[in-house]
Amino acid sequence: MNPDATAGALPADGAEPAVEIHDLTVTYRTKPVLWDLDASLPAGHLVAIVGPNGAGKSTLLKAALGLVPRNTGWVKIFGRPYEKQRRLVGYVPQRESVDWDFPTSALDVVTMGLYGGLGWLRRPGRRERATAAACLEKVGMADFAGRQISQLSGGQQQRVFLARALAQDARLYFMDEPFAGVDATTERAILELLQTLRAEGRTVVAVHHDLQTVAGYFDHVVLLNMRLVAAGPVATTFTDENLQRTYGGRLTVLSQAAEALTRQKPFARDRAS
Amino acid sequence: MSPAVAILLVGGAVAASCALLGTFLVLRRLALLGDAISHSVLPGIAIAFLLTGTRNTLPMLAGAGALGVLTVFLVEALGRSRRVREDASIGLVFPALFSIGVILVSRFAYHVDLDLDCVLYGEIAYAPWDLLTLGGRELGPRALWVSGGILLANLVLVIALYKELKLGTFDPGLAAALGFSPVLVHYVLMSAVSVTVVGSFESVGAILVVAMLVVPPAAASLLTERLSRMLVLAVLLGLASTAGGYGVARLLDCSIAGAMAAVAGLLFLIAFLFSPSQGLVARLLRRRRLRARLAGQLLMLHLRESGAPRPRADLERRFGWDPATLDRVLRRLRAEGLVAAENGGLRLTAGGGLALREAGLDQVAHRD
Amino acid sequence: MSLALRNVLLGASLLGMLGGVLGSFALLRRQSLLSDSVAHASLPGVVLAFVLTGSKDPLALLLGALAAGVAGALFILLVTRQSRIREDSAFGIVLSVFFGVGIVLLTWVQRSPGGNQTGLDRFLFGQAATLMASDLRLMALFGVPALLLVFLLFKEFKLLSFDRGFAASLGRPVRALEMLLTALLVLVVVLGLQTVGIILMVATLVAPAAAARQWTDDLALMVPLAGLIGGVSGAVGALASHVLPQMPTGPAIVLVATAAFVLSLLAAPRRGLVGELLRRRGVSLRIRRENLLKDLYSEGEAAGGGRVAVPLARLLARRDMPRRCLRRALRSLTGAGLVERTPLGLRLSPAGEVAAAGVVRKHRLWETYLSRFLELDGDHVHRDAEDMEHVLGDDEVAALEERLGHPTVDPHGEPIPPRGAP
Repeated sequence: MNPDATAGALPADGAEPAVEIHDLTVTYRTKPVLWDLDASLPAGHLVAIVGPNGAGKSTLLKAALGLVPRNTGWVKIFGRPYEKQRRLVGYVPQRESVDWDFPTSALDVVTMGLYGGLGWLRRPGRRERATAAACLEKVGMADFAGRQISQLSGGQQQRVFLARALAQDARLYFMDEPFAGVDATTERAILELLQTLRAEGRTVVAVHHDLQTVAGYFDHVVLLNMRLVAAGPVATTFTDENLQRTYGGRLTVLSQAAEALTRQKPFARDRAS
Repeated sequence: MSPAVAILLVGGAVAASCALLGTFLVLRRLALLGDAISHSVLPGIAIAFLLTGTRNTLPMLAGAGALGVLTVFLVEALGRSRRVREDASIGLVFPALFSIGVILVSRFAYHVDLDLDCVLYGEIAYAPWDLLTLGGRELGPRALWVSGGILLANLVLVIALYKELKLGTFDPGLAAALGFSPVLVHYVLMSAVSVTVVGSFESVGAILVVAMLVVPPAAASLLTERLSRMLVLAVLLGLASTAGGYGVARLLDCSIAGAMAAVAGLLFLIAFLFSPSQGLVARLLRRRRLRARLAGQLLMLHLRESGAPRPRADLERRFGWDPATLDRVLRRLRAEGLVAAENGGLRLTAGGGLALREAGLDQVAHRD
Repeated sequence: MSLALRNVLLGASLLGMLGGVLGSFALLRRQSLLSDSVAHASLPGVVLAFVLTGSKDPLALLLGALAAGVAGALFILLVTRQSRIREDSAFGIVLSVFFGVGIVLLTWVQRSPGGNQTGLDRFLFGQAATLMASDLRLMALFGVPALLLVFLLFKEFKLLSFDRGFAASLGRPVRALEMLLTALLVLVVVLGLQTVGIILMVATLVAPAAAARQWTDDLALMVPLAGLIGGVSGAVGALASHVLPQMPTGPAIVLVATAAFVLSLLAAPRRGLVGELLRRRGVSLRIRRENLLKDLYSEGEAAGGGRVAVPLARLLARRDMPRRCLRRALRSLTGAGLVERTPLGLRLSPAGEVAAAGVVRKHRLWETYLSRFLELDGDHVHRDAEDMEHVLGDDEVAALEERLGHPTVDPHGEPIPPRGAP
């Protein structure tokens, strides 16, 4: 499909990629958010999606899940369109996308992850609740099962979200900023969880905001800035040059000010002397 | 003064007052608080009647102002308790207060010459004949004096507090930091709304005052981004609604107030559809243009990467668009000189390459 | 019981129940005020139905109201999605314009500017007293299936209201479900117009749900509870209006429901405001007590050990506490037998000395911990310990001691009372 090593490379062993993206363009109102994206994400890996704000990272996940309309292109999950593969995919949305004052408990939220298998009319019963409890146990939140979710800290809420994903028992997980705004202990716990998932042969594609930890947490990376900048194994793709291409040319206010200051310095020196 | 002129003047004054205040309500997302106040002032009026035993305007306005402040205070207190959501707080406070008002009026209806119907939907048609007498001299319709006075007061308020209102609307944090006391300004605004609402009861009634508070400013917000222009436009639209509504009511022989609200709605609809920048039509056109542009860019990128000219059939296969769409895109690109036909195929022109560069797409590698 | 009263009771209760149930979802989805807009928007539909059918057949009017309500809801959706008009403005626009059009139609139909308003009053304020069996049948016909739908699709509605994105990712048709829920809301609004009227309709959807929310954190309990509160409020309000002179039904129901909410807001066990106030006071009292115990203990230390009598004035001077609060705390301590009143002043009892030593222990252990591990100087550790001494539990203190290696002196050189001292 694509011989270029810096763009979405096929996994060396030729196994079916978890996610194949072809020609994806997504616009929001009148602005393009994702532009002509081609990528192939290998199965059994922890893939980070990285890029500046507004680069379309969340949109990429949502487009893959069919949550936002696509202008052009398609996304395939394990070789088939998403609608046919729902059972194989789990989703962890951004924590802010939910109203945490909702009257529901941690156990209840995790049980929602099992709704996919329940159909419309069946209610979750003892078996479902037991599964949910086990998932809470796996994220270390068993003691909080009955707690109302607004009483949980940010890290605890994130863990509940992850427990819900575990309940989905998926082959592929899409996670939107799972490490955002959590305490150090939770961060460690989440990382361990991801590594366990990988050891079980599952795939995780996560939008990640912290450049410092990309190399340590993930083994594959997709660099995104509306268009694909690069994708591939972290070791070869997460380079300074690629980072510059992703983030460069997007000066923040702070760096602009710094630049302005540097320009002014000679004058200040003159005045002082 | 002919009845028609009296009605138009009264209605116009009411519309103008409401438009001025309503612009800030709409911008501050307080439209429904205005609606709530228009209902919750009822007990204030009833109490004023009961206490003074008269239908004097001033005690009525005072009672209304007090209730308006009370409403705002209760809504905010409930919101602050974090036990109820903000929108629900509104839906809790005004029905309760309104119910108290209705009960007061029903209970003491014999002592209070208060026509509930009139309070609610007003009857501007009677305004010309309800004259104000002072010292034995007839000074013209009472409603005109009341609404005119209120308009004047609102004008003074908006002009005097323009800076504070503007900053408090767009950047409350900064306003507070600069000592503009957004809370005080907020309460002043809401008191003005209360007084204006009650002053308008006689002409358009409580229920339709909301129309004048919300609809013309909302329409104005679709036509301009500048606050000063928005205020002017809102007033103009309000006046147009008044005049148009009166005309329609004369024609159909129906409620003048209702007609004013309906015309305001019509003007809003026109703005919603046809506003040059924000209108629905403009948006749809823009979206279509954007889609066409995106398609064109994708095609140009593909041609650039190809090097040699590509036959049309190739392009059709590659993109999977239906032939009509592909034709349309190609036609536009050729007309603009970005793509040219050559050797039985299509290639990118120098102009096309330039266009890509200008769009910032020169460093993108388009893969097959 | 007269037939009319029975009808009103049944109608009001059913409406209240429907309002509570659907209102719960509206509350959580921030659509509470949509019901207000829809209620007002239904007027032109009612008038048109009347005009087109030439009768006041309740079914026809209901359908007309429903059509207008749905149109209003759709228009709100259109305006908010396709322009920068905010939701609250859209609500206000639909509310007032549709209502205005309704009034135009009504007065035009009646061919007089002032209009014969009696027909209108019925919908503005509701005329529950004139509810007939046919109206009730209609309410039941539409209302019971609505309740059934909510029951059957409960978990879908719950998922949708909590996490729409996740629901969509599972393949649920979220748009359709949202429209269904909104349609049910419109239905309830329209069903209730005759009972409480257009203006007050919103309260029957908000108050019971808001009240129920205060009592439980479980949606599966909140919804039925809201239905119950709504139903009871309806019945009580209807009864009140029947019994009391010149008491209109709609306002009576609304006031009962609002009272239920206020009661819930104050008295609910966990969220209730009264409970919170009491808890806070309890904590303040405990802190003051512990501080006083500490003061008496240190007075004793300064005098060379043992329990000494300290005059009230001295205690007041030591601590910046209002006199009233100090005396209340002292009363509490003497009542608990921890402090004794003597002619020379206040003195720790033997039990009090043990308790005081415990507090002092925590304070000084914490100071040691801070100064050793964070290397903070004496002044800072004292201030922090003043807070922490009230917070640390016994397990934490034991662990602290373990960690520090059972120290005997704090950073200021003062002795740390061992466990169970003096």
